[in-house]
Amino acid sequence: MSHEIDAISLEDTKLNLDELAKSCQVSREWIIEHVQCGLLLNEELSSTDPASWIFDSRSFMRVKRIITIERDFECNPELAGLVADMIEEIEFLRTRLKAIQRDENAKNVFK
Amino acid sequence: MEFKDYYQTLGVTRDATAEEIKKAFRRLARKYHPDVSKEAGAEHKMKEVNEAYTVLSDPEKRAAYDQLGQGRGFQAGSDFQPPPGWDAGFEFSGRGSSSAQAADFSDFFTELFGRQMGGMGDGARYTHRMRGEDHHAKIMLDLEDSYHGSTRGLTLRMPKLDRHGRTVLAEHTLDVRIPKGVYAGQVIRLAGQGGPGHAGEPAGDLFLEVHFKPHSRYRIENKDVYATLPVAPWEAALGAMIKIPVPDGLVEVRVPENSQAGRKLRLKGRGIPAATPGDLYLVLEVVLPPATTAKAREFYQTMARELAFNPRQNLGV
Repeated sequence: MSHEIDAISLEDTKLNLDELAKSCQVSREWIIEHVQCGLLLNEELSSTDPASWIFDSRSFMRVKRIITIERDFECNPELAGLVADMIEEIEFLRTRLKAIQRDENAKNVFK
Repeated sequence: MEFKDYYQTLGVTRDATAEEIKKAFRRLARKYHPDVSKEAGAEHKMKEVNEAYTVLSDPEKRAAYDQLGQGRGFQAGSDFQPPPGWDAGFEFSGRGSSSAQAADFSDFFTELFGRQMGGMGDGARYTHRMRGEDHHAKIMLDLEDSYHGSTRGLTLRMPKLDRHGRTVLAEHTLDVRIPKGVYAGQVIRLAGQGGPGHAGEPAGDLFLEVHFKPHSRYRIENKDVYATLPVAPWEAALGAMIKIPVPDGLVEVRVPENSQAGRKLRLKGRGIPAATPGDLYLVLEVVLPPATTAKAREFYQTMARELAFNPRQNLGV
């Protein structure tokens, strides 16, 4: 039997430090250290009280990605951050490439 | 249930050292990294590799798994039921023993190692109060779901005990109300749909990463949406008011005169209807009428004669 459940975006639910740490199964300290190293895109937050930090969808996905890279390759946070940056760049470029290829294909249809 | 040959999955021999297993795992983790790999089915392959490594990198799990296979001649894919008491004397712990990860693993793994996973309903293990684990997954949506909001059926695999006290992966279906304005890469949260809580504590939440299925007419880039707008040469040259269906209805757009193919018309705020809405871009595609009739040929000949137009002027020819 199924029942209806409301899905709410992270932008609307205001995910805080404790919730993020629990959800991703890391310590609060892990998140704080990574924010303060500038690895979680929340550089503007690093000087404020961690209790007031709010994490959006992008931070959430980035935390998950960095955890996996650090765990799988036993690497330090900076290296994991660099890999995460490169993966995000690849995703962006692949999206653009697909768009260009699609536009090219569309042009060929009319030739 | 199929027997899983974890050594075969990692491509190592049964007497591989812990270091060799780690090296094999890292090599495969790089090869099948779901964000980077160009291999077909990389994500599925990575789940298998993770499952194999979870067992073989943990000394207790590996020892129990080895004892299980010893002398019984199990092959990967062969039909398998664990004999009663196969794990007697082993105490499992360590990597991957969470219900959140186990949802990604096979029935084989769940049957063998499910007993010590959090959130599988084994009340005897959890005498202390503990909120359920959060689970993470992906959801594939259509662009229309974001424009209008929708209710989507979602089937989840959750470890639970069957009536014989064995751990099985049970499917349960939810109808999820998708909020209007979600975009790719956004995470949506379903309260109370993660692992069950213990000793009266609430269940965890389910976090879903939003992805869109490819659309035949629209391309989505963050919150912006792109579509091709086919126009006749005279509409592009003289300008025109054109009606076109867009994801949220029918719009009439003005094509400015002297437009060329590739020109982008921006419809502000008509992209993904997020809190800050994206824009909708219509990219002009000039479609030539075919010169297949005498009348059409005559028009083209008149244009050639009267317009003295050289499209290669800037090439110097």
